Amino acid sequence: MTDTAVFKDHDADRAVRVKWWASRFAIYSALIIWAIICLFPIYWTLTTSFKLAPDVMRGNMVPWWDYTPRWKGWESLGLSPRLIGEVSTVREEFFKRFWNSAIVATSASLLAVILGSLAAYGLSRFNYRFGFMRNSDISFFFLSQMILPPVVLALPFLVLYRSLDLLDSQIGLILLYTLMVLPIVIWIMRDQFQGIPVELEEAALVDGLGIWGAFIQIVLPIALPGMVAAFILSLVLCWNEYFFAALLSSTNATTLPVMVASQTGSQGINWWSMAALSSAAILPLIVVAIFLEKYIIKGMAAGAVK
Amino acid sequence: MSAEGDLLHTVTADDISENRKRLGKLMVWGAALLCAGLALWQMAFETGRVSSGFDNWRPVLYAYMLWATVLCAAQVMIRGEAGKRSLFVLPAALFVISLVIFPLLFALYISFTDWNLASADGPKPNGWDNMVQMWNDQFYWNALKNMVYYVLAVSVEYVIAFGLALLLNAQIRARKFFRVVFLLPLMLSPVAVSWMIGKSMLEVRFGPISRVVRELGFEPSFFGTPEIARFMIMAMDAWTFIPFMMIMLLAGLQALPREVIEASKVDGATGWQSFREVIFPLMLPVSVTAIVIRIIFKLKLADVIINVTSGGPGGATDSVTSFIFREYRDRSNVGYGTLLAMVYLVLIIIFVTLLLKLVSRWMERPA
Repeated sequence: MTDTAVFKDHDADRAVRVKWWASRFAIYSALIIWAIICLFPIYWTLTTSFKLAPDVMRGNMVPWWDYTPRWKGWESLGLSPRLIGEVSTVREEFFKRFWNSAIVATSASLLAVILGSLAAYGLSRFNYRFGFMRNSDISFFFLSQMILPPVVLALPFLVLYRSLDLLDSQIGLILLYTLMVLPIVIWIMRDQFQGIPVELEEAALVDGLGIWGAFIQIVLPIALPGMVAAFILSLVLCWNEYFFAALLSSTNATTLPVMVASQTGSQGINWWSMAALSSAAILPLIVVAIFLEKYIIKGMAAGAVK
Repeated sequence: MSAEGDLLHTVTADDISENRKRLGKLMVWGAALLCAGLALWQMAFETGRVSSGFDNWRPVLYAYMLWATVLCAAQVMIRGEAGKRSLFVLPAALFVISLVIFPLLFALYISFTDWNLASADGPKPNGWDNMVQMWNDQFYWNALKNMVYYVLAVSVEYVIAFGLALLLNAQIRARKFFRVVFLLPLMLSPVAVSWMIGKSMLEVRFGPISRVVRELGFEPSFFGTPEIARFMIMAMDAWTFIPFMMIMLLAGLQALPREVIEASKVDGATGWQSFREVIFPLMLPVSVTAIVIRIIFKLKLADVIINVTSGGPGGATDSVTSFIFREYRDRSNVGYGTLLAMVYLVLIIIFVTLLLKLVSRWMERPA
């Protein structure tokens, strides 16, 4: 409060104090309520993965307080301390899916960041004319891909991939995911490059570097944090993608979300194993969120504030 | 020359011989001919005019990639420094064009055919039959109507997101902790969310939310009636995507000029007044960006619906995407499904264009 009370012996000044405490209380209770809304589903999933059937039915919530945690759920994935040394087909299956997700998401994000950064740099520095299209039209062309709903591309790609023998392959998914995140990368990177003063490259050109030399040696190191932000945002989007993966992969290239979805479909599934599978699927991204939160926020904020 | 930001101007004296130019053009045309030739041959093989051919269209794809590479290389050969400049944009442009424009044209063709992937025959063009079928398809119109509801739900998400952004922007302790916690839902995959919330927490017998509802004296049924089911889907989708809007708005709030807000305080504005008269108007551009992007994401909504309700009860929660997904999954009906998707694309383009036009006109109006 800017109009802080100076004297404590007046009713009006004491009222300011009360108002301040009331507003503190309101702010913190709102924050805590929303934090509970955000955290409870995650807490519920993590704890359920250590429950047995009676615990689920009785609605026990707090481990060690009203139920004893068991490894039953994680055993069904072959990931409990007892089974970790043994051979487990379920665990191999799980790691195969995990690995597929990791490969597809990382390669697609990497490809998108490379292609997108180049395009964004070009568009922020040079004048282009492709036919009637000028710079702003080309930018709009790239960004307009964002509104393309996946369902429009899904069926043609299904048919095309079948004749190209790319169905159920990692490459096929990588190409589509790259296409999906490319507009977002270009959006973030264009903003980054526009923030870099053009005099830097002019100095580099005077000192004898070529255009590409100036780009790689001078501009890239400065734009690196932005590229990391774009990369991580793409990574999250690709890791969670379900629609294309469900349509275009069946056995080999299936990613983690498809595995989770195929388990939820079956009725009478064990709660604890499902919870363990969900936890395992979300844990990597929770770790990413906690440690790389700065970059994610930077990436999302890049386009918002001009 | 149009002035678009801070441009880098280079002047180079290129001395490119006629032979080098000719060679470059020859390479491009050679690769293009190779690609077209392979494609024609493969097509002749598939229709049975030629006896020998490849098992699949892979070689054509390789030839196409060769052509794309040669095209990039030839830019430098033919145009020198100017070519090097266009190399920045060309790869991305080629990538997008070959992965979007070509499949879209192909989609346009198959949307006017009767093609069932489960049957052995290929596509059979059937004119306007799919269009007529769509016109009479109650479920498709119903899904479109649902999309209107889903898009309208963005306004509520916006209010909550703005509130949270204001909270995070206030003078609070443990700001980083709250920011990470509020961000978490966005990180989770919609498929995992649909199990975590839709299938387990909202489970009628044992789910914790069902228990609370039962304690309050109601009989829990979250996906029984159309209205509640639709609301539940909206709530789950909002839960995942509110952080997205929140962070954009928070970035906007932090970029606001402090002096203006302080000036309004000095002039005696209360908290609510300074929000309504100063902060909100200043935040309009950011708000509009956030809402437009959120609507664009909303139009793709499908994962949660596919996994939680599969469109039920009676198509009340169906989005267009989930409806077409089932059309393909259950009936392998590629031709009809593609037509529905193309119509949806046209509707989206019209809607988003109108939205952007409206927004830009509204923003230019003197306040």
